[in-house]
Amino acid sequence: MMPWFIGFIIFGLYPMIMSLYYSMCRYDVLRIPQFIGLGNYEKLIFEDPYFWTSINNTLVYTFLRVPLCILGSLLLAVLVNNAVKGVKFFRTIYFIPSIVTGVVLSVVWLWMFNPQYGLLNSFLAYLGIPGPLWLLDPNWSKPSLVLMSIWSIGGGRMLVFLAALQGIPKHLYEAVDIDGGGWWARFRNVTIPMLSPVLFLWSVLEIIFSLQVFVEAYIMTQGGPLNSTMFYNLYLYNKAFNDFEMGYASALAWLLLIISLIITIIQFRLSKKWVHYEGMIR
Amino acid sequence: MKNQTIKSSVKNISIYILLSLFALFFIIPFLWILTTSLKGDAQIFTIPPQWIPETFHWDNYTKVFDRIPFLLYVKNSVFISAITITGTVLSSSLVAYSFACLKWPGRDFLFIVLIATMMLPIQVIMIPVFVFFKEIGWLNSFKPLTLPAFLGGGAFNIFLLRQFFLSIPKDLLDSARIDGCSEFKIYWKIVLPNAKPALATVAILTFMFTWNDFLGPLIYLSDQAKGTIALGLGMFVGQYVTEWSLLMAASMLMMLPMLVIFFVFQKYFIQGFLMSGLKE
Repeated sequence: MMPWFIGFIIFGLYPMIMSLYYSMCRYDVLRIPQFIGLGNYEKLIFEDPYFWTSINNTLVYTFLRVPLCILGSLLLAVLVNNAVKGVKFFRTIYFIPSIVTGVVLSVVWLWMFNPQYGLLNSFLAYLGIPGPLWLLDPNWSKPSLVLMSIWSIGGGRMLVFLAALQGIPKHLYEAVDIDGGGWWARFRNVTIPMLSPVLFLWSVLEIIFSLQVFVEAYIMTQGGPLNSTMFYNLYLYNKAFNDFEMGYASALAWLLLIISLIITIIQFRLSKKWVHYEGMIR
Repeated sequence: MKNQTIKSSVKNISIYILLSLFALFFIIPFLWILTTSLKGDAQIFTIPPQWIPETFHWDNYTKVFDRIPFLLYVKNSVFISAITITGTVLSSSLVAYSFACLKWPGRDFLFIVLIATMMLPIQVIMIPVFVFFKEIGWLNSFKPLTLPAFLGGGAFNIFLLRQFFLSIPKDLLDSARIDGCSEFKIYWKIVLPNAKPALATVAILTFMFTWNDFLGPLIYLSDQAKGTIALGLGMFVGQYVTEWSLLMAASMLMMLPMLVIFFVFQKYFIQGFLMSGLKE
């Protein structure tokens, strides 16, 4: 127990307090932090246009990516829940892309998105459709990154959804069949409510992860074109480790924490409307 | 009756068609990376693309080793991963043991704190931790990347192991206690051997994370000779962005251990994700 406690203090509690303190300082690592109160926050919110650009980019990315990924994994889980021969083989194939993450994922998709010779535009050209510039077009850069993350929907999320699907009692579906409902009725009235706790948990987690997007933008676009992929975290990294404005970057980090918290609280509030817990009386 | 069989086989066929379409969507990028990695410069830029290169440029792979100190990076990454995995498995299992099998005041409260730290954006603690390591002179060494693993081993891993330890029968532990076993001995001799699949899962997930970690090495390692493979690949992009065949060869090389580990330990991946969903 002790090691974790020390670890928690050194790498949890102490940094949190220090980070809050730094966020109220002017601090460039070389000199001692200078306390300036809420100055960093004021500057961020009222004077820094990049702050709002990065928030906007990050939110757009998050709200494009999370619903698509969750829905995609769910549909995939429903598909591989069919007890046909060889379905395990397909599950394995679907899972493989999800082990490719971070730098490798970014590098190989940089090549796939290549407007002239990449896989995507070669394929589109074959179909006679002129492909977009993908990462080089400010309107396409965020959707491109979302598309890239869809390649990984067959990972852990799909497996968790699959396990949850297999835990749904058969008699619930039979009841729908007796009422004469089709697959949509089964999906809408049994699958979604029964899976809603898992779907809720993952949507909370995925939003938090998405708000922290970094490596993709750092490797693939460096925030461009026209700052269209200047995500919150990339901006924070640049402030902290390129400009060495540690105080300012700490203020950014705390605002991210507050934004994450607000979104999570809203999700919890909304969840009362749609999440169905077994044995809960409504 | 006959109608029924026709209907169900139509259903099966359409399921197979869907399954195969998705399989193509997931697999084709791999083939594309592989074939690009074996092409010469001229062959890459052909329209339409060739799926099977005219001549196989295996030397792309050896060129990677000439351009960047690839072997050194692999060595560094393996070193960091090995220490991190050891530290993570040891300390997260120890902490998980005390959360799952021991009773002490404040335990449940601290467990909630632990869960809450999983939600915390890493950026909030990143800067003070960086400053801390700078103050004690650990920058540009492997220590900031490896030693923290011995202190706790990550909230998610603790959570995962705790869930698994809870499923070990209490009677087993209690009878050992009656026999006068020390708690550490129970942990070492009974709990750990019974939790091998869960420990393997933690080890594998830790490996995947460490092998791919980019932000950590980027912040802490400035000396090129200390770079990790993820960092090396990232630099490769900046320096040789037009040499796609080399980049893809390097990516294949970095992907390879992960693919091998995935195929060997497939069931642990699945277990890991399912364990995180275990009920209280």
